[in-house]
Amino acid sequence: MSADPLSKVFSALADPIRRDLVARLADGDATVNELAAPYDVSLQAVSKHLKVLEEAGLVTKGREAQRRPVHLEAEVFDLMTRWIERYRRQAEARYRRLDDVLATMPDDVRPEPPSTRQNPTGGPS
Amino acid sequence: MTTNPNETEIFVDPDVPLVRITREFDAAVGKVFRAHTEPELFAAWVGPEQRGATIDHFDCRSGGSYRYVISSEGFEAGFNGTFHEVRPNELIVQTFTFEGVPDGVALEKLRFEDLGDGRTRLTATSLVDSFEDRDAFVASGMESGVVEGYRKLDALLADLDG
Repeated sequence: MSADPLSKVFSALADPIRRDLVARLADGDATVNELAAPYDVSLQAVSKHLKVLEEAGLVTKGREAQRRPVHLEAEVFDLMTRWIERYRRQAEARYRRLDDVLATMPDDVRPEPPSTRQNPTGGPS
Repeated sequence: MTTNPNETEIFVDPDVPLVRITREFDAAVGKVFRAHTEPELFAAWVGPEQRGATIDHFDCRSGGSYRYVISSEGFEAGFNGTFHEVRPNELIVQTFTFEGVPDGVALEKLRFEDLGDGRTRLTATSLVDSFEDRDAFVASGMESGVVEGYRKLDALLADLDG
């Protein structure tokens, strides 16, 4: 289950800096140096974050020898969206069954008051 | 395609390992609450299909506990938990464990909100203790969904299309 690529995506996005990196890469490719510029952390730390994103399949590094720009893999996001949508649909299917149950329930029928469930005191239960 | 005005909304929190599901119902809050607290009613909708859930026990009151088994097409999964707080027509706080992962537990809060005019909003929040667990939770929903088959949902969707 932990090997699930989408679990990796979720874990990768659990960190605020990595989410910020992804948000900025959504605007376009950028080098590690460009990405690291606004943060108060080392270049090495940013590289580490990018490695996590890369392992999750969220970003890839370009082939250009000098720049090696980081590129966001948008289709992985689509996959995640579909994953959540599927979960949502499952919940929706369940709640449509609940709709059906609610439709068959008579109006204004009061459930037994809880006090009638008590065992008589002293008697065998 | 006809859209259902009561369509389920889902929120996967990026900062806290929780999933929140919101759904409205064309039924009074008392009914929606009872459909969660009375075992016969609960069993009729919680499973992958009608009568898909077998209740082992279901004592929906503060301090009570529950266990039920969902089975469909050779797939069987047990779930159990305890009811921590049950407040009529308002709130259920419970734990939820999938017996396939007995050490895992979700803390669930079900809020029932009277919207007036015989309408109710249900907000179900599931909180776990790690993002991995939360993601596995969402993933398992998908996997069991595959096992169960989406025939029921497909049929519903087909009906909506027609």
